[in-house]
Amino acid sequence: MEDCLSKKIEITVSEAEKRTGRNAVNMQETYTAYLIETRAVESQNEGQCSPVDSLWRRYSEFELLRNYLLVTFPHIVVPPLPEKRADFVWHKLSADNMDPDFVERRRIGLENFLLRVASHPVLCQDNIFYSFLTQEGGWKEMVNETGFQLKADSRLKALNATFRVKNPDKRFTELKHYSDELQSVISHLLRVRARVADRLYGVYKVHGNYGRVFSEWSAIEKEMGDGLQSAGHHMDVYAASIDDILEEEEHYADQLKEYLFYAEALRAVCRKHELMQYDLEMAAQDLTSKKQQCEELATGTVRTFSLKGMTSKLFGQETPEQREAKIKVLEEQIQEGEEQLKSKNLEGRDFVKSAWADIERFKEQKNHDLKEALISYAVMQISMCKKGIQVWTNAKECFSKM
Amino acid sequence: DASLAEANSFSPSMPTSPSSLINQYKFEDEPELRDLFITVDDPESHITAIETFITYRVVTKTSRSEFDSSEYEVRRRYQDFLWLKSKLEEAHPTLIVPPLPEKFIMKGMVERFNDEFIETRRKALHKFLNRIADHPTLTFNEDFKIFLTAQAWELSSHKKQGPGLLSRMGQTVRAVASSVRGGVKNRPEMFSEMNDYMETFSQKINVLDKIAHRIYKEEREYFNEMKEYGPIHTLWSASEEDIADSLKGVASCIDKCCKATEKRMAGLSENLLPIIHEYVLYSEILMGVLKRRDLIQGELDSKVDALASKRAEKDAITEEIGKLEDKVECANNALKADWERWKQNMQHDMRSAFTNVAENNLHYYEE
Repeated sequence: MEDCLSKKIEITVSEAEKRTGRNAVNMQETYTAYLIETRAVESQNEGQCSPVDSLWRRYSEFELLRNYLLVTFPHIVVPPLPEKRADFVWHKLSADNMDPDFVERRRIGLENFLLRVASHPVLCQDNIFYSFLTQEGGWKEMVNETGFQLKADSRLKALNATFRVKNPDKRFTELKHYSDELQSVISHLLRVRARVADRLYGVYKVHGNYGRVFSEWSAIEKEMGDGLQSAGHHMDVYAASIDDILEEEEHYADQLKEYLFYAEALRAVCRKHELMQYDLEMAAQDLTSKKQQCEELATGTVRTFSLKGMTSKLFGQETPEQREAKIKVLEEQIQEGEEQLKSKNLEGRDFVKSAWADIERFKEQKNHDLKEALISYAVMQISMCKKGIQVWTNAKECFSKM
Repeated sequence: DASLAEANSFSPSMPTSPSSLINQYKFEDEPELRDLFITVDDPESHITAIETFITYRVVTKTSRSEFDSSEYEVRRRYQDFLWLKSKLEEAHPTLIVPPLPEKFIMKGMVERFNDEFIETRRKALHKFLNRIADHPTLTFNEDFKIFLTAQAWELSSHKKQGPGLLSRMGQTVRAVASSVRGGVKNRPEMFSEMNDYMETFSQKINVLDKIAHRIYKEEREYFNEMKEYGPIHTLWSASEEDIADSLKGVASCIDKCCKATEKRMAGLSENLLPIIHEYVLYSEILMGVLKRRDLIQGELDSKVDALASKRAEKDAITEEIGKLEDKVECANNALKADWERWKQNMQHDMRSAFTNVAENNLHYYEE
């Protein structure tokens, strides 16, 4: 297994900055630029301080990179980008793209994307990817020169188009089914989680009101005063603690979101297979019908109805020379067709083989990552409970002194 | 003179002497010294041609000599409790008579006789009678005894004997009139302080009531969302192999959290909410008590003024004044002592209510 890029260089997306500039139609716009820093790992190990290369990229350039990878490596499950717009928002989170919390989470997401690509055995070797990290100017032109947009099959863009495929590889059908389920279940989970977060926020914050009332009440009480006052303080602490707790949970949500988008990437590979299979079947069908035509012309029997056949019956037979010419053309076409079919078959089998290898790799990664995410979620919940225990133990003590 | 006699039976419990303080504490903290045990239970619905109403069973067990028997069981309806309360207030205008649950609940109750409502009311009525039983003076009130022991027909005939509706209305009219006049000229400082305290307390307790209800509501909404959250993980685990177990684990934990939240909510609604509510009512009662005290004082003051102006009927008025002065002093003392008692109770109740909330939250987080 070749060394992945991620082992050779350290990649970070370290900063985000607001910029203004002119866009394609020469209108002013504000956007955020992200600073990508790379540093060679080897020299670090030797104790030398290696120089840091850095350049700025904006989100649209990341998108361009990903689209290039999608087209160039159709058999690979390409890592997803963090969401373009804030989704699954609960009331305190803002849906504004310029909001600093959103920008921060996006920065982390972009770094994660680069790391995923860099640690992928196939993707990391791509030149365009390497230039994305190292070459500031002229990168866009370079990408466009590869002409990848021409390779892109517009049929894949139609999300809901189905191809009537007769013999798809069963594994891909199952996988597509799985990716649909995964997408649906994760988005449902994220939606409910956002609502739960909202409610939890409410419970905690209302306790903060206790703090104020207790403090005002303690002013008129003699013996109860101290107990009330300090209990009120603990209620304030309790109410404030929810902010950090929910911020941490957002990171968990982001981890789930990554796999929500990964499901789409999985689906894309399945559809590519479907498309290839479809083309193959169409080509085979075409070949069969041509062979039939040829046979009919050669033997003079009409087994299937054709308009030409009818017209020639009605308006008289063609000359033997004409027939010979037709047969010759068809034979050439048949030969081409057979060659094409062979190569398509080969392509198809190669695709299935390499795609399936990447899918296995992806499955392992997914199981590992999701397990870790669930564990960290559980740990978060435990820590939240521990904090709760602490606050209420203190409050209980204050109350008992009232 | 009824009020004087009351004052005499009262003076041993005035807080000025340390031993009396101990006596007061003993009343609440050591139930073995109690000689009157009351329970309110078994609500039953009665349907007549004119109306439908609920009666509650009131069971009394006592070792006191003034009771003919040691056990009584009677049925009472809400109206009877209202009657008792007004009799007690009449007899002891400056003592703090515990609150009754409200007649109707404004918001959200479609049916007057829904189970939750009846149960909440039953608990409040039980508390009401027990608070009276615990009160050093009220517990010996004659009407109270009749309420606990008389059969239904005996009670209704007794009710008809007392000063009629008209005299009570007269009292109310005079009270309103005097408060309009603002008869608080010579209010001793202690009672002014009490008044200020009660105004602030009343404000704060009402806010607390709102907060506590709001917390309950938020917890309920949280619970509703959580109910949906767990099953999603179970659904997901059906599509997975490797991580299916982890997902199922998370689902079951979330369900446990749900159950813990339910317990927490129950704790709130059984403990904190009723107590805060009781003290909301108490704050209204206390304001009323303070007003009545002012009223009595106002009577005295007006007679003193009359004396100043009508020299002729000096003797008659002086005698009246004498009586009124006694009355005022009794009223003041009664209130003072009861006030202290009430505050002790309030403190105790609040302390235990909030400690209970804290404990419930601890259990919640521990689970």
